[in-house]
Parts: sequence; structure tokens; C-alpha cells
Amino acid sequence: MDHVKEALAVIVGEEHVSTEPEELYIYSYDLGTTEPRRPDYAVAPRTTEEVRRIVELANQEKIPIVPLGGGLSLAGLAVPLQGGIALDLKRMDTIIEVSEKARYAVVECGVSQGQLTAYLEKNHPNLMHSEPGAPPQATIAGNVAIHGQGDLAQPYGFNSDMVNGLEVVLPTGEVCKFGSCAVGANWYTQHPLPDVGLFLGWAGTTGIITKVSLKLYPRKKIQGVGQFVVEDEELIPEIIYRITHTEAAHDVVAFSQAIPPFASGLHHITINLSADSEKELDFKMELIFDDTLGEYIRSGDGGFLGFNRGLQRPQISKTADWRKGGGFEYVGAIMPVETYPQCYRRGREISERHDIPYTVLGRVIGMSHAMMFSWTYAFNRADLETIRQAREALHETDDLALELGGTIWKPGIYGQKLVLERIDPNTLKLMKKVKQLLDPNGIMNPGNWEVS
Amino acid sequence: MYELKFNENECLSCVTCDCLTKCQYMDIDKDTARTEISKIINGEDSFVLHNCVTCYACEEYCEKGNHPFYLIVERQEELDIPPLPKPLIRRGIQTGIPFRGEPDIYEAKEPALCMGVFSDLLYLIQGKLFDGLSLISMDPRKMFHYFCQLMYLHYARTSVIKERLPKIIETIAKHNATEIVFFHDECYGTYASYAPAVGIEVPFKPVHLFEYLYNRLNELKDEIKPLNLKVAYQRPCSSRLCSDKHHFVSDIFNLIGVENVKREYVDENGLCCGGTIQGQRREGSRLRAADVQQRNIDDMVNAGTEVCVFNCPACFNTLAALVNRRGIRPVFMSDLCRLAIGEEPAGWR
Repeated sequence: MDHVKEALAVIVGEEHVSTEPEELYIYSYDLGTTEPRRPDYAVAPRTTEEVRRIVELANQEKIPIVPLGGGLSLAGLAVPLQGGIALDLKRMDTIIEVSEKARYAVVECGVSQGQLTAYLEKNHPNLMHSEPGAPPQATIAGNVAIHGQGDLAQPYGFNSDMVNGLEVVLPTGEVCKFGSCAVGANWYTQHPLPDVGLFLGWAGTTGIITKVSLKLYPRKKIQGVGQFVVEDEELIPEIIYRITHTEAAHDVVAFSQAIPPFASGLHHITINLSADSEKELDFKMELIFDDTLGEYIRSGDGGFLGFNRGLQRPQISKTADWRKGGGFEYVGAIMPVETYPQCYRRGREISERHDIPYTVLGRVIGMSHAMMFSWTYAFNRADLETIRQAREALHETDDLALELGGTIWKPGIYGQKLVLERIDPNTLKLMKKVKQLLDPNGIMNPGNWEVS
Repeated sequence: MYELKFNENECLSCVTCDCLTKCQYMDIDKDTARTEISKIINGEDSFVLHNCVTCYACEEYCEKGNHPFYLIVERQEELDIPPLPKPLIRRGIQTGIPFRGEPDIYEAKEPALCMGVFSDLLYLIQGKLFDGLSLISMDPRKMFHYFCQLMYLHYARTSVIKERLPKIIETIAKHNATEIVFFHDECYGTYASYAPAVGIEVPFKPVHLFEYLYNRLNELKDEIKPLNLKVAYQRPCSSRLCSDKHHFVSDIFNLIGVENVKREYVDENGLCCGGTIQGQRREGSRLRAADVQQRNIDDMVNAGTEVCVFNCPACFNTLAALVNRRGIRPVFMSDLCRLAIGEEPAGWR
């Protein structure tokens, strides 16, 4: 047995470390278009202490570490681009604490979205978190680490805006706490300093998040979704501005897609509402669909499609089925809401140029402060030509997002390069200093966000 | 091109003008009705064209079988008075476009049952009532090849129906069944009423689902145990196109021992589920639909209804949860019939 594997086995136990090709294969790729690359070791720690010891070992041996939760980022962020240790955190799946009155949950980094949802439904039915549209095995920590967003994005922003505190294993092996927990208080706020921003959005290149305190929000008894449809994409920014002005919606998403045919060339706006009583629901429905959107209905420019009870999330993974072979990847970009018309038109052009049915979707973030936009491209996993087409379309879309004044969310390598080319030189210098300070040996997810 | 067979003289000489005076959504006296129907016949604008909720009921009210509703929607299209906002019309028209390949054409045995565009409700078609039936349109991916298109009456787009329907009929006919039971009475209405009204040939005999169920229940009569439930029937718009088959509702209820509760909004006075009304372009349509639904369900509750019986999946989608919240169990007619012969219906919840 090689000495690194032996040392890893001492830390986590033999059954939780592997160099077997069939197991390394699982960690060599994600579901997007990134070229696969096998790690040398796959390790699944159970505790923060085990993570700390693995990081120490990696520093001694100068071996890369790539932390991953659900491994669902699609953009290659958890693909071990330079080999090394794939650090699978799914075994760290304890929900440590839920504070009903202060509305937060402290979870280990392997706790999944579905796990927390199920736990809250059973034990704290008045609370919910902002669950993303990703598959339920996506982890809470992975999602906040990449600025994910979910059901409550419209009133409360990105999921990373909902962090009350973090426990992080630094690339040099120290375990640090951030937020109120750092001074021995409860995990109820991320303030005062130091700031958790050192670790959010860095795609695991500045440390390994091992615990997260996440804000929870009131879960109302009735949830439902109304749909509004327009033909003219130019109307979308104005309609979203008006809907968000009511402060009555939970989640607002606009989308257009070539398949199924009903959606082609049209723009559906889904508006999630919640209420504790029929009276409250009636009030919100009237406020949004009659008072706010009534004039579009009367003019014939917009139509109320109906309201259905139950929660609805955007599930762009369904687009994987638009071509044979079940592959899809999207460019996610944080865009000004007023760019929706261009995002739609230009994105559709890119899709059609590459012979891929178009799917564009924008979710409103925080009172219309921005829109998380996605352009999704389906491909056939068994057909290299369609993978190449999709990859080209993704790169063109990365360019487009920046051209339109947006910023790319969880970019892959191509998008990271574009961002780093454009970033303010002094900001880049600061990023280099931060990276060199935190990760002097460059072991954390190398290949991603190479600022040095 | 296919043209609506409408007898203008018969209409202009009509004494009662029931088509408009009986309308439950517009308050129209006989003189006004006469004036407005004359305008509609002459291709002129009329408030009726703007305020029609497209409930189909005037097709039944007209005792002469003169298709006033088909005329209204043709005029709405000709005069560009869309009942719905244009994005909803476009959406609706695009909904009917098949996009998942060609259907599998196979020889259907008699009798055959066509699911139309409701292949995903195939789970309802099981048990003794449906033993031996040959099924058409079982694959939800291909179901739009069997979509009767009549929904576009709500969209004032008879041009779309006329354009697409012959191809749909051709596809169904390829299964070589001479008699076809239609799961949805909108399909039945298409082939029994609309197609003949505009001169489209139908090479098979459509059979109404309730007629089939009634006959089948009679064959299984020994197995029926009276259900002793108080039921209300949510009459769908398309039922107005085949009012000669409506008696099968009470015939079936009598056979399976359920009490059809006495209420105001029943039979000819049945109310629309509101699904179409809520999306209409007219001021206040969403609230108008909510009011219709409220009156309808209040009426069921006041009459002591235990079970609301549906034929139309669209009505079911619109109303099932609403009636359920008022303590009434929603169920498809076929499931109620299955319950009566001792089976556990798939959709009984």
C-alpha cells in the first residue's frame, strides 16, 4: 500500500479511503462537459478533526485536495483537475442544532438539501430554508460555497447571504470559526468580523467548510404557484419590478424554452406565494394578479394561466431530455434584471446556431437586485460532437454574460479565465495575497481560480 | 375549406332566443338577444362576442341544433375579438403540437377506447369495466397526435381546429376501429357534433364514455352494490355538445345507487369549472371565475354532497382540490362505477 493511502487509512479507517479505479472513476467527472480527470485517492472523513488531519497530510505531501458535497456543480468545480485527494464530505451529515425561535440551523457540511427539508418538515414544521432547484442530494455547504439560490431568493437573496456562521478547516490545517460562534456565542449571526466572505464563492480554494449555520424562515401553511405569460420579452423587467414591489411573492422566475412547444417564444413568469390562511392568500393573489398585472391582461399583452397549490421549483435538469443521451450543462450568470430581453434573444441565437433547443431562465434575486440567469445546453453523453457543440455554446455564453454587464456564477475554467482577465487589477492582487496567505502550498482545488 | 353549417333564417326567426336569454353569465332579454344575434350573424361587433365566457352551453340551449356557440367563436376570430389574451392563445395553440416522434399505429380490436390527450390518466382504465378494451393513445409522449383540438373553441381559433382535425381523425382511423369510445367527452363532442357541423368526415362511430359505462354496468349488474352516497356531477363544457348523452349521468347514478343531490346548478344550469374564465381578457376574470367556483361549491355543500363526480380532467384539475377542502371527495365517474362493483378505484382518495 502506498504510504499516503496508509496514512489516510489511519485517519479515516480503511473502508473510507480508496484507490480502486472503479471508485476513483466516480470522482473523475461531473455531469457537465468538463473533461474527466481521476483523483489519486478518494477519502470520506466523518469529523472535522479527520478533515484537519487529511489537510495536514496533504500539505506534508504537497498533494491537491478537492472537497465535494453532492458533486453536482456541473461546471467541473469538483473535478480533480490536477489529481490528488477527492475529499467526499457526505458522511459528515449531522444536523447539529435547529433554533426554532432564532430561526437557524447548524449543520455539518455533508447535510443535503433534502435531508434538511425532511428534518424540518418533521420536527419544525413552521420553518423552512431556501432550497435550490438542484437534486435533493445537493449539500447545504456546497450550495452556500458557490453562492447558490433557492425558493426564498426573491425576498432574501442568495443562500450565501443566509449564512450565520461557518466552521472552516484552513488549507494549512487550522480549524477556524466565523460569525457569532467565534466568540463562543450561539450561531445566530455572521457578525461581527471576521467575515465569512473569505470562503464563499471561492469554490473550495481557500478552505474546507465543515459546519454551516443557515438562516431559516417562516414556513406558511399554504404554498402555491401562479403563472403569468407574455409574448414580448421587453415586458419582463417591468413586470418583475412591479411584482417585487408588492413584497408579496416568495420566488419569481421567468423562463422561455423551445421544448415543450407551448413555451417556445413565450415567457412564463412563475410566482410562488405562501400564506397562513385563505384570507391572506386571496389578498396576495388579488394584489399581484389583479391589481399589479391586471393592465397587461386587459391590454391583451399578458395572461393569467392559473394558480396551483404546492411548491414549484425551476428544474432545468429536465432539459437533459431534450436530446438523446441525457447530458446538460448551463452557464449561470448573475445579471441585471433589465438585461432579460437581451439574455433571451442572444441566448436563443447561440442555441440555434449550435442546433440545441434553447432553454433560458432567470430567477429574481433579492427584490430585483439581480437575476440568476441560466442558459442550458443539452447534449448526448455518448456523442462527442454534441458535447463539443455544447461546450462551444457554453463558452460563447460566458462571453455573452460578461458583454451584457453580468458576472458569471460558479464559472468553469473558461469562464474563470474571462473573469480574471477583466477583474480590477488591485482586486486581483488582493485575491492573490489572500490565496497565498491561506494556501501557501497551493493544495486547495488547484486548477480552479488560479489567481497566483 | 370547411364551413360551419348555420341556418341564418332559422335563427333569425327563432321565437325564444334561448341561446342568449338562458346564458348564465350575461343578463340578456329577448329583444336584446334578437338584436345581438342578428349582429353576430351579419358579422358585426356585439357585446356578446366580448363577454362570452365560452362555456359552450348555448349549443345545448338552442333547441334547433343550430350551433350558436360555434358561430360566436367563428365571429370572435373573424373580428379579432379574442376571449383570452394573445399570449395564452399562442401558448394554447403551441400546446397541441406533437414533438416526440410519430405514434405507433396498430390494429385496434373492437371495442376500442381512445384516451385522446389524457394518456397520463391511463391508470383510471382498469378493472372489469374495461376488460377486453383495446386502447388507443396510451403514450403521453405521443398523445398530441390524438388531440381532438376542440379546446381551441375557448381560444376563438376554429381555424386551428379545422386545419388540424382532419389529420387527427386520419391518425385515429389508421387503428381501424369502427366504433371508438372516447375517454373525454370533448373528443366525443368533436366527432359527434363539431366535425359534422363544419363538414369534416369522421370514418368511425364515436361512443360516449358514459354510454359505454352504463352498458357495461348493466352487464355486471349482479356485482353492483348500491353505494348510498350523495353525489353531485360537475358538468363540463363539452357535455353541452352532446346533451343527448347527458341522461347517462342520472342513469348510471340510479344503477349504482347514489343520490344525485338536488341543487340549483345542475343539468342545464350547470356551472363552468372556471378554468377558462379565470384567464380571460375581460376585466375581473380571475375574480369572476372564483365567484363561479364559490357559488358552485357552496351549492354542492348546501345540498349535502359527499362526492363530486367528474368526467373532464380539466374540470378535475381546476375544482378537485377546491371541493376537497370543503369536505367533498372528488372522483372520476369511471372510478365511482368501479367502486360500485366492489373494486378499489385507482383515483379514489
